[in-house]
Amino acid sequence: MRLLRSLRRNLVVIAGLLTLACLVLPNLVVTVFSFNRPNGRFNYAWQRFSLDAWKDPCGVADLCGSLSLSLRIAALATLGATVLGTMIAFALVRYRFRARGAVNSLIFLPMAMPEVVMAASLLTLFLNMGAELGFLTVLIAHIMFCLSFVVTAVKARVLSMDPRLEEAARDLYAGPAQTFLRVTLPIAAPGIAAGALLAFALSFDDFIITNFNAGSTVTFPMFVWGSAQRGTPVQINVIGTAMFVIAVAVVLVGQLVAGRRRNNTRK
Amino acid sequence: MSATDTPPAPPAEEAAPARPVRGRSLRKRLVPYWLLLPGILWLLVFFALPMVYQASTSVQTGSLEQGFRVTWHFRTYADAFADYYPQFVRSLLYAGTATLLCLLLGYPLAYLIAFRAGRWRNLLLVLVIAPFFTSFLIRTLAWKTILADGGAVVDALEGLHVLDVTSRLGWTEDNRILATPMAVVCGLTYNFLPFMILPLYTSLDRIDPRLHEAAGDLYATPAATFRTVTLPLSMPGVVAGTLLTFIPASGDYVNAELLGSTDTKMVGSVIQSQFLRVLDYPTAAALSFILMAVVLLVVTVYIRRSGTEDLL
Amino acid sequence: MTQQQTTGGDVRLTGISKAYGSFTAVHPLDLTVPQGSFFALLGASGCGKTTTLRMIAGLEEASTGTVSLGGTDITALPPHKRPVNTVFQSYALFPHLDVTENIAFGLRRRRVTSVRERVAEMLELVQLGDFARRRPHQLSGGQQQRVAVARALINHPQVLLLDEPLGALDLKLRRRMQLELKRIQTEVGITFVHVTHDQEEAMTMADTVAVMNAGRVEQLGSPADLYENPRTTFVANFLGTSNLIEAEIVSAGTDVVVSAGGGTLRLPGSRCPAPTPPGGRLLVGIRPEKISLAPATDAEPAADGRNRVTGRITESSFIGVSTQYVVESPAGKALQVYEQNVEHRRGLAPGSEVVLHWDPAHTFALDATQDMDAGVQSVEDAA
Repeated sequence: MRLLRSLRRNLVVIAGLLTLACLVLPNLVVTVFSFNRPNGRFNYAWQRFSLDAWKDPCGVADLCGSLSLSLRIAALATLGATVLGTMIAFALVRYRFRARGAVNSLIFLPMAMPEVVMAASLLTLFLNMGAELGFLTVLIAHIMFCLSFVVTAVKARVLSMDPRLEEAARDLYAGPAQTFLRVTLPIAAPGIAAGALLAFALSFDDFIITNFNAGSTVTFPMFVWGSAQRGTPVQINVIGTAMFVIAVAVVLVGQLVAGRRRNNTRK
Repeated sequence: MSATDTPPAPPAEEAAPARPVRGRSLRKRLVPYWLLLPGILWLLVFFALPMVYQASTSVQTGSLEQGFRVTWHFRTYADAFADYYPQFVRSLLYAGTATLLCLLLGYPLAYLIAFRAGRWRNLLLVLVIAPFFTSFLIRTLAWKTILADGGAVVDALEGLHVLDVTSRLGWTEDNRILATPMAVVCGLTYNFLPFMILPLYTSLDRIDPRLHEAAGDLYATPAATFRTVTLPLSMPGVVAGTLLTFIPASGDYVNAELLGSTDTKMVGSVIQSQFLRVLDYPTAAALSFILMAVVLLVVTVYIRRSGTEDLL
Repeated sequence: MTQQQTTGGDVRLTGISKAYGSFTAVHPLDLTVPQGSFFALLGASGCGKTTTLRMIAGLEEASTGTVSLGGTDITALPPHKRPVNTVFQSYALFPHLDVTENIAFGLRRRRVTSVRERVAEMLELVQLGDFARRRPHQLSGGQQQRVAVARALINHPQVLLLDEPLGALDLKLRRRMQLELKRIQTEVGITFVHVTHDQEEAMTMADTVAVMNAGRVEQLGSPADLYENPRTTFVANFLGTSNLIEAEIVSAGTDVVVSAGGGTLRLPGSRCPAPTPPGGRLLVGIRPEKISLAPATDAEPAADGRNRVTGRITESSFIGVSTQYVVESPAGKALQVYEQNVEHRRGLAPGSEVVLHWDPAHTFALDATQDMDAGVQSVEDAA
């Protein structure tokens, strides 16, 4: 009876943890299968343990090339989208101007549009312009769809920022440029960083828009897509596992550092 | 590029100054436009203009060899819809089911993180976000292993006679999950689950836990508290989460291609193959336009009905 | 402390006004704040006091008029070029900088040397030496307030502007900080312009108070002068409490005699608004603490020559130092009387018939054409 009651009280905890298990399970599979030595071209069934793939992660043709291409595109797309998006966010929060509604819709629509629609229409444009599909068209597309997400992230932060802080800076002899550099930017920084991080993740992992507009250029997701047809090398799992581990480590170290700094300043 | 060339606009309740008396005012008024210009231009040229091109392409006729010309051939829409309406219906059905499943699976986890996790909260949040860092294609391929024929999942469901039921419903076939609608919906649900959990968590996190105590104090049972306090207050998260799940899911073709079969193709697959393989641009453009119209319609109606326009 | 006397000058506002579209926040206004004074702008929220302050700081562009400082016109100068500093409402401390860097901000922008010593000195003035490396969110409200004052004062401004600087503090702390600010002002000798909605705060701290209402200055003077000689019903009601009685003039002279509620009252002619023709109407005012209360049955009559009003006590509340009574009388529905609790008084329970009496010299009179209840704080205002 008591067991039943505690079960009922913790139903939400149990259900939540089950969901979490579903979320993490594929990553476990990816990790485990990075140590597999499959028979044949596909790495879907467990055969036996091997470290081969970890010893030679770039051992598959084009794999590491596509990875570095994806990283380069993601870095540039993040830079572009963050700069343009931050400017828009500041204009939206800090100024009044005509056509605010239209601007807001233009920011919102790319997020409310199935990716395949944007991908197809952008390809139509490039075809009509006779543009050569490749690095540049992918970069343009990535900046386009990351932009709205950066605007949203930065806007939230700037909205919650007390305008009196900037007034205080101007009152304390900071000119416009100084005010922006010393007060506005540092305080908006977490929002800008969040936007940039989101843009990087979206760009790095994008497949559909890239698939339409890359021509013969092969990014990492496109490499994975291709290998799903031709045969999946174990090295894919190695890269996937490594990215996962690196990301979690960065997050954990970041939290530790932030926590320690907080404790230090508290004295 | 300095956003603070000028003082910020006066607070919203005050109208703009009627007559700026002293100089610099024209330059000042132009500042927001300079800030907006590059980004908005980017979106106009690479988001809005392509829509125009696509609209024009959808009413063109011709062939790849002879070139395409605008002939206002609206039949393309009718033909495309007639040929591919099963894929359309399937897309909406799969995306809708996946959205519902995301909500049912995601809500308990978001609730757990917001109210019951205590000091584990950050760890759980990291675990929700961390899978993102492994390319979603790799993770989707992992489901091929998980749901493999003769694998643990299939065996268990078979043993429990679940697969008999789902087979009768047409969700699975011949005691396998891979290459069936169930696999596709499963993949969609998995892929977009974080997009449901994060907005839900954000809106649940804003709820003051004392409201639960107040509801309890006012004779509400836990179930009644949830129904009358928690759920209504989390509606913005529910709406945002369902949109963030449904919209991308409806246009997705990755899950259908990787986990499904030819019988589970979604409209995204059709658009992709018409555009990239068949090279029938008008049909592809028309399909893409229909998809866009349907999604925008669903989204608009949904937002109106749920009374959360201010979400935008 | 070694704060040198800043050589500044008077702040002079000439015909300054501010309009937002069709809404006029501040009507054209002339105001002079003498150098070295502690000047308060007092008014309810939305009266234009903060806008006026922001125009002095340069954070708001004036629609018309000029601001000058020691004879120099600074109207066109942006805030960072004005020798004026502000203590903001809820302080606006930079959350990403620690206490030291917050205080040093202005010096660093002006590339002043010896920042370190001056910050240390300033931390000592506001008694925050132990908190130099904390971030603002790690400080209490009172400490944040002192950082905000230090951050402004370290620049030796010619004028220090304070925008509701104590509004976020609880009552006890507010009292302490009032004295503290007053001490600092005396010590550094800088002109302080202080915006507040709290009349007690204005009266405690300021040498001169300007009472603002609906974008205009209603009256300007020393706290005692404003309290004793209000010239409008708004000032009479907003500063403390006044009993206002509608009256008709019977005769005028050195003393004016008026009839009110069936009796007559006298008051000095010098305390009446300009023309006092017999038959004219006046609002006669008397402060609650100036009134004495005696049971009607009491044999001891009030001394001759005092104004007398009879009535019945409807409420009494014991405050500690005093007891506050509300008396219903023909002259006014709810006359307020504050009696010191010197000894226990019998016969003053609610329902008792009483005589109110006071020295005619304490009576003032106002123009009867005004709204009698202007400036009375309602429950919503106080919230």
